Amino acid sequence: MQTISAPAAFDVAAVRKDFPVLDQEVNGKPLVYLDNAASSQKPLQVQQAMNDYYRHDHANVHRGVHSLSQRATDAFENARTKVKDFLGAASEKEIIFVRSATEGLNLIASSYGRMVLREGDEVLITVLEHHSNIVPWQLICEQTGAKLKSVDVNEAGELDIQQYQALLTNRTKIAAFNHVSNALGTINPVKQMVKLAHQAGVTTVVDGSQAAPHLAIDVQDIGCDFYVITGHKMFGPTGIGVVYGKQALLEAMPPYQGGGEMIKQVSLEKSTYAELPAKFEAGTPDIAGSIGLGAAIDYMNEIGIENIAAHEHALLEYATAKAGEIEELRIIGTAKDKAAVLSFVIEGIHPHDLGTILDHEGVAVRTGHHCAQPLMQRFKVPATARASFAMYNTFDEIDVLISAIKKAIKMFN
Amino acid sequence: MSDLRDLYQEVIFDHNRNPRNYGVLDDANRKAEGFNPLCGDQITIYMIVNNAGIIEKVSFEGQGCAISTASASIMTEELIGKTAEQAEEIFDNFHTVVTGGESDADIGKLEVLSGVKDYPTRVKCATLPWHTSNAAINQLDEPVTTE
Ligand SMILES: Cc1ncc(COP(=O)(O)O)c(C=O)c1O
Repeated sequence: MQTISAPAAFDVAAVRKDFPVLDQEVNGKPLVYLDNAASSQKPLQVQQAMNDYYRHDHANVHRGVHSLSQRATDAFENARTKVKDFLGAASEKEIIFVRSATEGLNLIASSYGRMVLREGDEVLITVLEHHSNIVPWQLICEQTGAKLKSVDVNEAGELDIQQYQALLTNRTKIAAFNHVSNALGTINPVKQMVKLAHQAGVTTVVDGSQAAPHLAIDVQDIGCDFYVITGHKMFGPTGIGVVYGKQALLEAMPPYQGGGEMIKQVSLEKSTYAELPAKFEAGTPDIAGSIGLGAAIDYMNEIGIENIAAHEHALLEYATAKAGEIEELRIIGTAKDKAAVLSFVIEGIHPHDLGTILDHEGVAVRTGHHCAQPLMQRFKVPATARASFAMYNTFDEIDVLISAIKKAIKMFN
Repeated sequence: MSDLRDLYQEVIFDHNRNPRNYGVLDDANRKAEGFNPLCGDQITIYMIVNNAGIIEKVSFEGQGCAISTASASIMTEELIGKTAEQAEEIFDNFHTVVTGGESDADIGKLEVLSGVKDYPTRVKCATLPWHTSNAAINQLDEPVTTE
């Protein structure tokens, strides 16, 4: 729940000054960084916050009585509060720091999945999922005898909500789906999907990795039971992610990993566990990472997530229109509701070759299956090229992308 | 900066557009599959190896980039008439060249792929067909992957 100040005019040139990494040449051409869905760049403010922490305050958290330990603990917990506000959670107890979205999804599958799944139960995912929201469920289904089911998409890359509803049966225990697809950019109707799941008595896990950098998130409004984000895709550092979970569920769940910080008392026979959120944070956490993530959230709030979304939307519309003028190009993923991703294939040019040629023009895009092989199979393509946008991208950069694509087509024909 | 034309020579486009020995060999007595899990490329190699241990025919099928398609296509031309040992030697020399190692070996037509050495991310594209045919010759049952 962001407080929106008067909509400061969005100034992309000013934003770019905060990202000096963008100001460089690659292969003799100005860098055009369009691989933001894989990982976004970090503003100086984030680097500065982490640097300041190491420069002045570092010590282990929740342990010492000395001043540095107290300062580190305060900074760490302050970051947790920022994440809580960013996600619209009810309490800091619902915010678990993890290493990444991947670890977060594994935590939920291992701890909650193992607790509730029995032989014959079902877990429902979608064909749009990143491998990190597929494989943990496969593993836990193998271990528990539960079955994994999947919802398809239409040709535009939109989930088949009727099929989703039909697949929510009395055997279904968990439905896990992303908020925004990394491979296609589709924005899923998560609020509606959560409602349908809850009507069927099904617990919901939303992978918000690709939503956090682009959309305002309010987990209480969405109503989901779990929500996962990853720091490095939202202008924060690598090595930090977050699991939001409803307090009652987290209370009921067994710990995911054992170790220091997560215990109340340990004897050689038995241990009792710490209160939330520490129960799920075994070991020394990524303190600097959490501080960096907090700074990234501050940064996005300062720019205004609505301003970011509006700018990116304009970029996507412009890129989609320009790409549509190229005869040999086919966009994969044309959902009505889309965020910041242009995935495409070009007749006669394998995405890998295209990626190399674009790199020669200074343009960084991702080529491959985007950790979404089932989706590639669904669209019968081995791979796509994906340009993904962030707040610091410009219309000029899209022109560079388009002319580089045209160059590649010319070269191959 | 290396010139893109060193990587994408005309011969490569030619093989990419018209790959030689493309398709299934019905009477093959050797077959292997290869994958590049990073990019989803996939190739199947078919071979007929006669009693004297000589590769009589080779073909390939699959999907991949221009580099891997051209590499596979040229490879099939190079392998016909060779023994397993000779094939392995060609592969070793080729591998040395595309990974930027020192070699004075004459790799013949494969030289057009030497530009790959300036593109470390593309080396696997060029070598996947070779790893796969190696598996076919040696009748390995497991599919080959580049990882
Ligand atoms: C939708 C989605 N989920 C999960 C992940 C995994 O994120 P991480 O690698 O940071 O764990 C990604 C990253 O590519 C993603 O795009």
